[in-house]
Amino acid sequence: MFRRIEPAPAAGTLVFDGRSIAFQAGDSVATALIAAGVERFRDHPRDAAPRAPYCMMGVCFECLVEIDGRQNQQACLIPARDGMVVHVQTGARQIPERGHDR
Amino acid sequence: MTTGRQHDLIVVGGGLIGSAIAWGAARTGADVALLDEGDVAHRAARGNFGLVWLQGKGVGAPAYMHWSLRAGHLWRDFAQALVDETGIDIGWSQPGGLQFCFSETELDARRRVAAATRADGGDIEIEILDRAALLERVPAIGPQVVGASYSLLDSHVSPLYLLRALQQGLQTRGGTYFPTARVSALRAEPGGFAADTARGVVRGRRIVIAAGLGAAALAPQLGLSMPVRPERGQIIVTERVKPFFSYVGSGVRQTAEGSFLIGSSHEEAGFSEETDVTTAATLCAAAVRAFPQIADVNVVRQWGSLRVMTPDGKPIYEESQRHPGAFAATCHSGVTLCSAHAFVLGPAIATGTLPDAVACFRSDRFDVQAH
Amino acid sequence: MTADRMDTDHIAADRTSHDWDAVVIGTGPAGMAAAAALAEGGARTLVVDEQPEIGGQIYRAIERNRNHSRLARILGADYLRGAPLAERLRASGAEISLGTLVWRIDEERGVWIRRHGAIERVSARAVVLATGAMERPVPTPGWTLPGVMGIGALQIALKSGGLVPAGRLVLAGSGPLFLLFARQCLAAGVRDMVLLDTSDSTHLLGGLPLLPRALTGEGWRYLLKGAGLLAALRRAGVPFYRGVRDIALEGERHVTAIRFVHRGGAARLACDTVGLHEGVIPQQQITRSLGCAHEFNPAQGSFRPVLGASGTTDLPGIHVAGDAGGIIGAQASAHDGNIAALAILRDIGRLAPEAAERRIAAETRARHAHLTVRPFLDRLYPPRAEILAPADDTVICRCENVTAGALREAVGRGVTGPNQAKAFLRCGMGPCQGRLCGPTATAIIAAATHRSPEETGYYRVRTPLKPVTVGELAGLADHGAPNAERNRERPS
Repeated sequence: MFRRIEPAPAAGTLVFDGRSIAFQAGDSVATALIAAGVERFRDHPRDAAPRAPYCMMGVCFECLVEIDGRQNQQACLIPARDGMVVHVQTGARQIPERGHDR
Repeated sequence: MTTGRQHDLIVVGGGLIGSAIAWGAARTGADVALLDEGDVAHRAARGNFGLVWLQGKGVGAPAYMHWSLRAGHLWRDFAQALVDETGIDIGWSQPGGLQFCFSETELDARRRVAAATRADGGDIEIEILDRAALLERVPAIGPQVVGASYSLLDSHVSPLYLLRALQQGLQTRGGTYFPTARVSALRAEPGGFAADTARGVVRGRRIVIAAGLGAAALAPQLGLSMPVRPERGQIIVTERVKPFFSYVGSGVRQTAEGSFLIGSSHEEAGFSEETDVTTAATLCAAAVRAFPQIADVNVVRQWGSLRVMTPDGKPIYEESQRHPGAFAATCHSGVTLCSAHAFVLGPAIATGTLPDAVACFRSDRFDVQAH
Repeated sequence: MTADRMDTDHIAADRTSHDWDAVVIGTGPAGMAAAAALAEGGARTLVVDEQPEIGGQIYRAIERNRNHSRLARILGADYLRGAPLAERLRASGAEISLGTLVWRIDEERGVWIRRHGAIERVSARAVVLATGAMERPVPTPGWTLPGVMGIGALQIALKSGGLVPAGRLVLAGSGPLFLLFARQCLAAGVRDMVLLDTSDSTHLLGGLPLLPRALTGEGWRYLLKGAGLLAALRRAGVPFYRGVRDIALEGERHVTAIRFVHRGGAARLACDTVGLHEGVIPQQQITRSLGCAHEFNPAQGSFRPVLGASGTTDLPGIHVAGDAGGIIGAQASAHDGNIAALAILRDIGRLAPEAAERRIAAETRARHAHLTVRPFLDRLYPPRAEILAPADDTVICRCENVTAGALREAVGRGVTGPNQAKAFLRCGMGPCQGRLCGPTATAIIAAATHRSPEETGYYRVRTPLKPVTVGELAGLADHGAPNAERNRERPS
């Protein structure tokens, strides 16, 4: 769990797995989520164990989440934006098995 | 490391061909020494796409076709034996292979391949699927795909785990694996052969050179000929994706781990293992034409490796006439032919012979062509 | 090769948006200084960073925080040294491109970037790699649990979001950042904090002969700062366990406790957040991908690219500045950036050789003043032995869940180096591309084969260095696909 040293006005709101999360100016998606108490960002593709940010600087790829329908996005590198829809990344990426033309 | 002990068989080269021969020989009870290089050797196995691909192989060259198909039919038993002996999951499965066609012209070409294969008596069914039939099997196929050729005999495997299993299987069978033992010279001695390696001299009653591109320099030392040259292949691998495409695709396949492999290219680039963006773009564009849905998937790696090519693209297997007991083997289909190398070639070489089926793959065929 | 190369040039030319005199990668101290000095000297300069703000990690969010009095006070005077550097960069005229990933650099000094979802290639007469450092991976039982982070990562949360851990925080590690962050937490009002110092007091004895030199130049300031941090933590009564080893994290879905050995006895503390830290190492992905020569620096326990004067690599026009070339710290890194920039300005004819030599000499002296303390610090804070030789069941490759034991078993069967280990175990094949396991894999293999890390070698690093998608690469193939037909004809 984390807390802000000083509350600041919210710069916007994103939705994480259905829950509204207000974020501050300058927050990355990862910062916004850990500030809101999110502990599990993804389930590991090999053993489904929960994982969460480890490096916060783009090298460890542990903070992968789904953002606005795009999977395996690095939450620590992407600025939080108002209206973003974020989900836990459950294991490996999933792509639709059906084509578009039938 | 030298003990003065004479092995029954020295295998020069720890790639897929050498390791398969070594394991196959060791399974017959031979005492085998497998000599390999170190961590950064040119390794065709690292760049292999992992296909056991038989549809269309050897069209116009029946002996090659039949040898390949024999390997194809041996793969199930081979994979099982390897897993049984090592416990390593080599990721082999046989869902059948699909070669996608993007025009009627391409599909017609596949029809001709199927007909030629039948005419040469190839023991393989190659089915031509139109778009509707293909959609039944692969609903996710892209709109530009007009059809595919399909063969149930095609399969795929992790070439890296395959190599690891062969080397481990050799050790389980009492063979000796010598890493960082790059061979600098080979010579015949009374009663056998000696290899000068970076770790000392290794002696054996018989020897087989399966050193890939390194064989070109080593083979003549024992009266053999290996006119091989490098051909670069680049491969793209993606992040893991949940199971999506279960068949073996000719230019795109999903591995047991979930990664897509996209490839591979055929380039004349000398001994360079570099990669380039044009090739990456070309390979990815073809993959996206087959499966538009994979456009969003992240690429994790692109790499290049060197295939070992003979002048006619077919294998070379031969025994030295000057030094009987010295053999050489090479091909660019180290995965497809792996089963035959382990089950047929290795045991034969262990007894000092070459199988009849490969008698026509001597290197002197190139001398004839030159005149 | 020839046909291939022509194609490459064709796509490259088509995708090259600007030709620059210099492209600088990274906006930490080295990158900011290099880009500013280049632009000030009249070079058309582009500086890129994958973060949305300038500052790198050490001066992360400096432009926002400098005016935030409370956070600025917490982070301290050394952090605020980033502010004038950021001002200088802004005023220099260098073009700044943020949110920009570098995924490949080619031999022609073409830098392939992705920004706003589009791929471009920018080419330059000179490239400065100022990619900085990363925290040394600390493979520890349970380190993959949520709630376990690098201390550097926790500090990034503080700098970028004004966040501090709530509940009980345990910091385990050693080195300057370990103490600094503890002090910053104290200033930020973190009350429930326990420090587990993993440094070995016997190293202090080994370091004593290096102490006189460490006091010269600017070195005394670093030592004074360190002493001040320790005194402040002691005054505040922060629980401080020294000589801690055998650390392990417990928890099912999140870390709940930390176990360790202290003075020969086993101890266990319940906790909510754990920060681990054993120093920082150069980021070597780009220099490795370019095939630059690297050497192992035993004093720092890490690889670094082999560099000439003014940060030149063995590739013409490609320079390294700052911690990416070996750990030197923020202030020396800024001088390093200036030095690389001056050498480039000279090489491209923007600065007279005599003037360049004079200014480089002055910068080199200033840089050196910050390095006197480094050998002492390196000796005092080597990484704890257990992270270089983790127990068999410890995960070393977080992406593929490969354990130290699996790697040792492969070595026992004849795997002699990191690349064969990668091929046989998938160790280093995941999305982080070996960044978090490479140093450990080399250390384990070196120990098992009784060779030095340098003889053992390192992963061959492949592009893309950062994620690009299949579709983004496919989108580059607008010029026909001569190889595609052949590829389908010859599938194996």
